[in-house]
Amino acid sequence: MWSLSGITSEINHWLYESFSPFWAVTIEMALVCVLVITLFAVLGLILVLMERKVSAYMQIRLGPNRVGPKGMFQTVADTVKLLVKEGLTPAGADKVMFNLAPFIAMISAMLLMAPIAFARNFQIWDLNIGVLYLSAVSSLSVIAILMAGWSSNNKYSLLGAMRSGAQIVSYELSAGLSLLSIVVLTGSLSVSEIIQSQADGWWIFKGHLPVILSFIIFIIAVTAETNRAPFDMAEAESELTAGFHTEYSGMKFALFFLAEYVNVFIVCAIAATIFLGGWMPLHIGNWEGFNKIMDYVPSSMWFFGKTFFLIFVIMWFRWTFPRLRIDQLLNLEWKYLLPISMVNILLVTLIAIMKWHF
Amino acid sequence: MGPASMIVLIIAAVVFSLIAIFASKFVLKATRNKQKGEPYECGVPTQGKTWVRFNVGYYLFALIFLIFDVELIFLYPWAVAVKQVGWIALVEIIIFFFILFIGLLYAHKKGALKWT
Repeated sequence: MWSLSGITSEINHWLYESFSPFWAVTIEMALVCVLVITLFAVLGLILVLMERKVSAYMQIRLGPNRVGPKGMFQTVADTVKLLVKEGLTPAGADKVMFNLAPFIAMISAMLLMAPIAFARNFQIWDLNIGVLYLSAVSSLSVIAILMAGWSSNNKYSLLGAMRSGAQIVSYELSAGLSLLSIVVLTGSLSVSEIIQSQADGWWIFKGHLPVILSFIIFIIAVTAETNRAPFDMAEAESELTAGFHTEYSGMKFALFFLAEYVNVFIVCAIAATIFLGGWMPLHIGNWEGFNKIMDYVPSSMWFFGKTFFLIFVIMWFRWTFPRLRIDQLLNLEWKYLLPISMVNILLVTLIAIMKWHF
Repeated sequence: MGPASMIVLIIAAVVFSLIAIFASKFVLKATRNKQKGEPYECGVPTQGKTWVRFNVGYYLFALIFLIFDVELIFLYPWAVAVKQVGWIALVEIIIFFFILFIGLLYAHKKGALKWT
C-alpha cells in the first residue's frame, strides 16, 4: 500500500544499492536536512495564515482576502515584505548575543522535531528516552528569549524576557508531570512505544478521569510555555509593544516568529502523540471491523488532523480568555496546577498498579 | 537515524537561519543613520540605564523551580519502573511528594510565592 514509510524505505534501499555506505549516509542526512527545512517553512506559512483566518472568523470578519484565492498567499507576501526590511542592531545592544539569539530559538525548535512520529514508521530519531528528550530540549527556548531580551538594551524587551522566563520555567513543571502520568501507564519513555500502547484505544479514553485531567493541565501548561494568549505576558502588545523581540526587525524577527509558531505546532504534536495516539487511528478495544475501517485513513492524516485540531483549540483560547496578570499567572501554576498534578500522578499510579485502565 | 540526527537538525536550523538572513541582506538597500540605532521606546528618548537591578521575585521563582525540576528528573526512572515494582513504588512516591509538599508549604509561608 502507498505510505510514507514505504517511500522512505524505498529511498533507503536505492541509496545503499547505488552508492557506497558513506555517501549513502551523507545523502540521507542532506535529504533529512532539506525535508525538515521545507517542513519548517511550510508550517510557518500555514500556521500564520491559519492564525489570521481563525481570529478573523472568531471576530466575524473575513481576514486576509486579497493576495491569491481567499488570501491564501498572504503569508508569502508577508515574508517577501520582511525580506526587504533591514535587520537593525541597536547601537547600545550586546551585538554578539543579539545576533545569536534567533539562531538559538531556531535550533531549539528544530531539535524538537527529532522524536516526533509524523506517520507510521516515519520518525527522524526513535530514541528510547523520547519524553525526557522532549522535556529537556523544550526548555532550551527560554535561553533564546532571555538572551534576546537582555541583549536588546530596551526596557520593554528586558521586562518581556523576564516575565517569559518566569512563566516558561514555572509551567514546565506541570507539563512534565502530566506527561509523566502517561509514562507511568505505559512504563516506557519511548515515543513509538507510547504510540504502540494506544493500539486498542487512545490514553485519553482508556485512562479514566485522571488522564483527562492531566491532558487539560498539559494543554494549559503548553499554552503558557509557548507564550500564547491568555498567558502572553511576555509580549502583551498593549503594555510592552512586542516584548522580548521589540528591537528585532527584518529576517531576525521573522525567525523568532517562525520559531514561535513551530513551537506551537510541536507542543500540539506532543499532546496529540502522548494523549491522543499520534498516528494511531481511532481504535476501540476489540471491535475488529471498526478498527479495520479506521485503518484505511492514512496514518499521517490522523497525526496532522489531531495536531491541527489542538492548534485550533489553542487559537480558540486566545479569543476566549482575557490576559492574566503576572501574579495571577504564577499563582495559577504554583498554588493550583502543581499541587493538582502532583495528586493526579498519584491517582494515575494507583490506576496503573491496580490495572484499572482498559 | 541515530544521535547523528541531532547534529543534522542543528545544521538544518543554522543553514535555514543563515539563508534567510543573507537573502534579506542581498535584497535590501541598507542605509545607516544615528536615529536607527536608538532603542525603540515609543518615540520618547529612553530614560536611564536598562541593565539595572531587577525585581527579586523572578529569582525566587527560579530558585523554587530548580528544586522542583530536579524532583521531576528523579521521577522519570521511577515512572518507568513503577508498574514492575508495584505498591512499594506508590508508598515511596507518596513519602517523596509529602516531603516536597512540605517544602512548597514552607516557601509559601515564607512568602516566596507572593508577588510583590
